[in-house]
Parts: sequence; structure tokens; C-alpha cells
Amino acid sequence: MFRRLPDLGGETVTFTIDGHPATARLGDTVAAALLASGIQSCRTTPVSGAPRAPYCMMGVCFECLVTINGIGNRQGCLIPVAEGMVVETQKGARSIASELPAKGDAA
Amino acid sequence: MKTIKDVAALSECYDLLIIGAGPAGLAAAATGAELGLSAVLVDENPAPGGQIYRGITTTPVTAKETLGADYWRGTDLVRSLEASKASYAPGATVWSVGPAPDSPDATGGMEVGVSINGAARVIQARQVIAATGALERPFPVPGWTLPGVMTAGGAQIALKTSGLVPDGKVVVAGSGPLLYLLTAQLRAAGAKISVMLDTTPLENWGRAIRHAPDFLRSPYLSKGLKLLLGANRGMRIVRGVKAISAHGDNQVTSVRFRHGSKEEELPCDVLLLHQGVVPNINLANAVGCALDWDEDQLTWVPQTDDWYETSVKGFTIAGDGAGIAGAEGAALRGRLAALGAGHRLGRLSAQERDRTAAPVRAQLIRASRGRRFLDVLYQPAKAFRVPTADDTIVCRCEEVTAGKLRETVALGVSGPNQMKSFLRCGMGPCQGRLCGLTVTELIADARGVSPGEVGGYRLRPPIKPITLGELAALPKTPAAIKAVER
Repeated sequence: MFRRLPDLGGETVTFTIDGHPATARLGDTVAAALLASGIQSCRTTPVSGAPRAPYCMMGVCFECLVTINGIGNRQGCLIPVAEGMVVETQKGARSIASELPAKGDAA
Repeated sequence: MKTIKDVAALSECYDLLIIGAGPAGLAAAATGAELGLSAVLVDENPAPGGQIYRGITTTPVTAKETLGADYWRGTDLVRSLEASKASYAPGATVWSVGPAPDSPDATGGMEVGVSINGAARVIQARQVIAATGALERPFPVPGWTLPGVMTAGGAQIALKTSGLVPDGKVVVAGSGPLLYLLTAQLRAAGAKISVMLDTTPLENWGRAIRHAPDFLRSPYLSKGLKLLLGANRGMRIVRGVKAISAHGDNQVTSVRFRHGSKEEELPCDVLLLHQGVVPNINLANAVGCALDWDEDQLTWVPQTDDWYETSVKGFTIAGDGAGIAGAEGAALRGRLAALGAGHRLGRLSAQERDRTAAPVRAQLIRASRGRRFLDVLYQPAKAFRVPTADDTIVCRCEEVTAGKLRETVALGVSGPNQMKSFLRCGMGPCQGRLCGLTVTELIADARGVSPGEVGGYRLRPPIKPITLGELAALPKTPAAIKAVER
């Protein structure tokens, strides 16, 4: 869907998308990094399960919601990608259960 | 300039808090600091520039001709902020603005909720300037939610911030000067755009022509001609397009369109949509500012005085958020807004304020010349604002279609707020940003009344999502504790 212009220079950042290693340019937002990695969609909707991809890139449409480092519903277009970041595409509504600390963990 | 990286580094109270680091916000912050006010500029993005100058300090697209001289003009605005004593908080989201419970004085102090990197704080500001800018007008056509369809502005942001260009078979569609500018920038950067579908209604020319004399004397003329001539080279342009739809299963694979009596379908990997920009009024709306329906710009515009103060005391809107006037106008309006706030805070007399403002106002008149012609010429056709096909999604978040909305109007639902309780439109994460105008215009059309009479969504803070954890971690005032004590 998007390609990176050649010879941009800059530092490279390594992160994962759904467990697969990917690289981005330092300064990319998560949404830009996903577009550059060739992902087709970043989430499915809670209503019908339809796939969606980044739409506005400026924080107003909320289509680029993804799970970042275990926290769901993050706006990918506003968050800079960071080394070692764990990005997961979000299936339907954010799952609170998976974000709660496991039993026995200090609150 | 002092850069603020976490909420703990914010002061308890500022003279002036500015929201948004686009041209209006940058100019307002620098002007406010020059007046000796303690000023803080908070911005959602990681770097200054807003959308028009997005990534100006960080873009990898450094060949000056790609993004053009108008883009690089933003550098001076960022430099004047950097040279000032203002504080600047990037990556900071304002989720609430309201009157401060214990106003420090009679100037109308405000309380502002800010989050940075997952931590929230409520601070006070004696004056607030919202420079929340514009967003692209919703473009509800069948299939606009498919991956591969995005706004032309979104593609431009990907170019400015990351040096990305759309790839494969790229189609741009819509109307307005920005569509031509974005297309030119993408092509200059190396994107291959096969077709432009121009939806400008040909009949608009008849109404626009009486505003042409001002336009002919404005700098927009030469810029416009250059863009039009450039667009005609090496790209097919289809004019007078009356209908557009995107098709594909999980990704757009083709675009269908109608022009004259002809229907056409073209393969397509990326469809970029744009039909002008409208003020981003979500914050103004939640703060309770009076809004008017603008019949030319077909959008809500906040009521403001000569210094852009709204109906809410101490809350000012500078730049495109107070009605679209472009980047140059936004910076000038930012300066005027800061002068107004400075006077209300007692930093300069009415005479000093007016004297300083006079040359800025003169520049603003020059910068605004010709805009009315563009507003009228590029008014999007009704069919692209009020979808005729019933299966077109209007509210992207809750997947509410035009047909469902019309059925519900027929049941007697007369306005957008009642519509929310029936269909949940406008109640998803975007909080009506992408459907508000469409829902208002659709209801108005179905009822045969004006959009101004129908009204818009009533919004409430938080205007951006904030976690319960962030809210729970906020310090509680004695009054708040008393309110829930038994």
C-alpha cells in the first residue's frame, strides 16, 4: 500500500507486529510503521468484525487503534515507534481481561 | 523554550495555555511569551508544526521542492517558539477544559486536564487559546471504510513524517485546492498517481465567479494555476465526477465512478479522498462555546469577537478552528489571539494592543483575499455530503448507515443527540469527529430544515480517551472528596 522513498537515511528501529519482527525508521509513528511494513489492516471492528486500516493519520478517526506493549485501544498515529515495542493488531473490542495483572501480582 | 516531557514538569498555573502546535498555536505561544506571560504550548504530536507543517523539524523529505516553499515557511514559526521563553509539551493530550472551581482572579481562570505518556494531571490557566485547527471534511462514499482508502491528508502526513508514498495503482478523488496541492507533493516525491477524480460541481463556477475579482488579485491565483498546469501533465483528470464507490473484500481493489452519463471502474490499490477541511470544533463544543452553521463553508464555526474570544470567557480559538482561513491566516490569528489574551491579563493597554495588532490585521486581510471564491467554488456537492445510497456507512465507529439514519428520522427522531440514543452514531471512539457533519446534514435534508436548526452533537469531556487509572490517580480536591463522602 505504501513504500518508503529511497535514501532517506536515519536510524532504524526494530519492533514486532503480531510477533513478527519488523523494522521502522526512528521518528515513524506506529501507524506509519505499520503502513511501511505492508500490513493490510490494523484492527477489526467491535461491531461487525470488518477490517480497518489507518485513515486520517492525525489522531481524529481512531481507525489505527492497536495494542501496544499489552495495552489496547492505543492511537497508533500519535505514538512514536520505539525499539523493542510489541505491537499487536486488535481484534474487535479491547480486552480488559488480558490487561489486568495476573492473580497474585502486586496491584 | 523549555520542553516538558511529563506532567509532573508542568506548573500548577499558567497565564496562558495554548492547545495545538500548528501555525496559530506556535504564533500565539511565541507572542504570549514575548508579552511576558507564562505560556505553555501543549500538543498531541511528537513534534511541532500541526498538520500543515507536520514534521517540519524532523521530516526525512529534505529536498525543498518536494513539499514546496509554503511548507518550509513554517520553519520561522518554530524558530520563534524556540527562541521564546514559552514552555512546550509535545505528545500531550488535552482531554478537558472547564472553568476552574477556585478561579485565581476575575479573568475567568480555566482548569485543563492534560495527559502525557499515560499520566494525567489537572492544571490551571488564566487564559486558554485553542489552536485545534482543521480536519478533513467527512467523505462518506460506499466502501470508504475499506483498508486502502484513506484521506489525502493522511497520505501527506505519512510523506512528511516518514517519507512514505502510496504504492501500486493510486487514485485521488475529491475537490478543493488542497487536493491539488497534496497530489502535487505526492507526485513530486515519486508517487505514481494514475487518475484524479475531480468532484467539484461544474455549476459552482456560476456562483463563484462574482467573487473572482478578489481571487484574481490574490497570491492564490498563481499558486492555483501552477498546480492546475502541473496536474494536467502525466495524469488523467476526470472532471465533473458525480458518484464514487470503493470496492473489494478486505481491501480496496477497484473504484467505480460516474461522470456525465458514463460509469467506469478502475483497478485501485490506494484511494485517497479529500473534499476540503472544516474546523475541528470538538473541544470548543465540549467547553460549551456557541457555534453557528456557516452556509458557505457548510460547517460549524464558533462565535468569536475581534480577538477570537468565544462565548466562554477566557477561552479563545485561533486559526482554522475558528473558521477556515489557511496557514498564513492562522499564524496571524494566533498573534491576534495572544494580544487579546495579553490585554485581558493586564499586560498591555487597549491602545498598545490595538497598535501592535494593526499591521497584523492588515496582513490578515491580504492573506484572506480570494478565499471566498475558493470556498464557493469548492463547496462539495450534496451527494458527497449526504450519501444517497442507503448502505453507505456514515458513522464509521458504530457502523451506522445512511439508510438506518433516514429510517430513524422517519420515526420522528429530529436531532443528532436523540439519534445517538437510537443508533449509537457518534458514540464510538472518534466521538463524532468523522460523522458529526454528515449526521446533521442528513437529518436536516430528511426533515427539510436547515442544519443550523437541527444542531450538532453535544459533546462532553473527556474529549479524548483517558484511562480509568489515569483519572483515579488524579489528586482529589477537598470539594471532590466531600461530594462522595457519606
